[in-house]
Amino acid sequence: MAPADALALLRVAGRHALPLPLAETMLATWLLAAAGIAMPEGPLTVTAAPGLVLSRDGAKWHLAGTAMGVAWGGDAAGVVVLAEVDGAPHVALVSGGYTIAEHRNIAREPRNTLVFDTVPDAVAPSPLSALDLRAAGAATRALMIAGALERITAMTTQYALDRTQFGRPIGRFQAVQHSLATLAAQTAAALAAGDIAAEAVGEGVDLLAIAAAKSRAAEAAGIGAALAHQIHGAIGFTYEHSLHYFTKRLHAWREEYGGEPEWNERLGRHLAAAGADALWPTLTAI
Amino acid sequence: MSALTFPPPPVSLEAEALRSEVRAFLATELADFPAERRMESWSGFDAAFSRKLGQRGWIGLTFPTEYGGHGRTALERYVVIEELLAAGAPVVGHWIADRQSGPSILRFGSEAQKRFFIPRIVAGECFFCIGMSEPNSGSDLASVRTRATKVEGGWHINGTKLWTSQAHFSHYMILFCRSSGTPEDRQNGTSQFLVDLKTTKGLSIRPVHALTGEHHFNEIVFQDAFVPDDALLGEEGQGWHQVTSELAYERSGPERFLSSFILLVETLRVLGAHPSERAAIAIGRLGAHLVTLRRLSRSVAGMLQAGENPATQAALVKDLGALLEQEIPDIARSLVAVDPPTPEIARFARVLDYTTQHAPSFSLRGGTREILRGIIARGLGLR
Repeated sequence: MAPADALALLRVAGRHALPLPLAETMLATWLLAAAGIAMPEGPLTVTAAPGLVLSRDGAKWHLAGTAMGVAWGGDAAGVVVLAEVDGAPHVALVSGGYTIAEHRNIAREPRNTLVFDTVPDAVAPSPLSALDLRAAGAATRALMIAGALERITAMTTQYALDRTQFGRPIGRFQAVQHSLATLAAQTAAALAAGDIAAEAVGEGVDLLAIAAAKSRAAEAAGIGAALAHQIHGAIGFTYEHSLHYFTKRLHAWREEYGGEPEWNERLGRHLAAAGADALWPTLTAI
Repeated sequence: MSALTFPPPPVSLEAEALRSEVRAFLATELADFPAERRMESWSGFDAAFSRKLGQRGWIGLTFPTEYGGHGRTALERYVVIEELLAAGAPVVGHWIADRQSGPSILRFGSEAQKRFFIPRIVAGECFFCIGMSEPNSGSDLASVRTRATKVEGGWHINGTKLWTSQAHFSHYMILFCRSSGTPEDRQNGTSQFLVDLKTTKGLSIRPVHALTGEHHFNEIVFQDAFVPDDALLGEEGQGWHQVTSELAYERSGPERFLSSFILLVETLRVLGAHPSERAAIAIGRLGAHLVTLRRLSRSVAGMLQAGENPATQAALVKDLGALLEQEIPDIARSLVAVDPPTPEIARFARVLDYTTQHAPSFSLRGGTREILRGIIARGLGLR
């Protein structure tokens, strides 16, 4: 399966709030494959937390330190760690010897704290850097955001057709129609961003394309979630209604692997360095 | 097809080869063309430039070769027009003819009309304007009152068209009017006519100056203006069907998100290679919006190429595009202070002022924001 096709599955995962480490397993296997380490069975997760120290004593590797915010860290059969050794990125596969502290993001997805003091199963130099991983992670979130926005657009449209006030469905009111049109437009932008993100990950990553995609999807996530809540009214603010499964994920995913300021600044610095007269050629090359 | 279906834009190596050719041509042709002209975007007029584009074969790219067109793909046309817009080239002369009048004639016109008009359009020597809006028919196009009455050998036109951009230098108008019944019949009983603006007797063209003082708009009064039978485009009574089929072409192109692009270029020029963190973030965000809009717009071009009618998708592109075009002047002024002026800042300020003044029109022309959102709502199944 081509990377873009695999990543496109994450849009479907986002559409269904899939409670599995699909993105993390993809990222982990991407790192392992690039480093030439055989893939283990089962779901994986991935981290490049700055507090981790990978060291070698003769032929024996050791991994120590604390990694926070490890997605599905308590559910994965193994953790793929990206850490620098003497300034060069290395990949380590770890399947045990770490403690797991419970922590969750606002959508109650596991984002655990792992404390390592262990011997990795395998270690190899990595052609992919921590920045590459951050970008690939951002690409996964752009796609998941696109899927979740598709879902809330469909849910909110249906709700506006079903919910009656003043003797007619609220979707008959022009003000509500225009809010829904705006939600649909943001979703369209996020879908385009997701497609750009999916095409931007291969053997390496296209940093500028991912910067544009993650930032645009993250912006759409915030605007879209707010509109979906406004149209759903009070019922959408309850725990028993399913809207929050998606809006809370949108709020979590727009931050993970970097929000708008981080990626906008990266893209903006590149555009500025290229210069005013190169703006258009630079944009069309993305 | 759902309202939110945007297939991946087709990949075209021919189009990318064409892009290099167009860039090289524009680099030479517009080498001394200042920002104060480029900022006019697709409102800039230069008949000689339009003719040169015609000579290069870059007008009517998608028109069939049997009528003098170039038989190339919608994606190739897309590349040419986005390169022209990004450079701020003065394209308005041939713009409407290339974008929608030519395609309408090819779709609905008689053999004789195709043979007459298409080669002239392709040469960049026959300019068109759009005769849709009237004093009391703006967004509500189906309420038009201008009327064609059948007479011996042709039709008498009576009524007034308003906001007709570029009528004063156009050779022809595609007039949308009533040819039977009353305004209460709405969409029924409407037709389209190819009106020769240079020779038709009984019509007068009066300028309506924009708030900048510029002359783009016109009011056109028809008083028993005679047009011959062969001026009818398509079928009598089918005007509404014909006119609405133009709209996806009119609404989804890169001119719907690049109208302020020259201001963004000039903002970047003033900011320099090492902008503040705040400026870098703002510029990056606009870049991200442009990249995603371009993807959506190219996707619609692909759907048009495939013979689909992506009316909802086109409305989505135009709604998002107008928001971006209107945001750019606001963001530019937040990043660059124009007081006190220097020669460099004064140049930037002229582009900023021009774009700020034109920004209100971006969400009015070609379908207001409110009309577009209604179309999107219909596409979502709410109407």
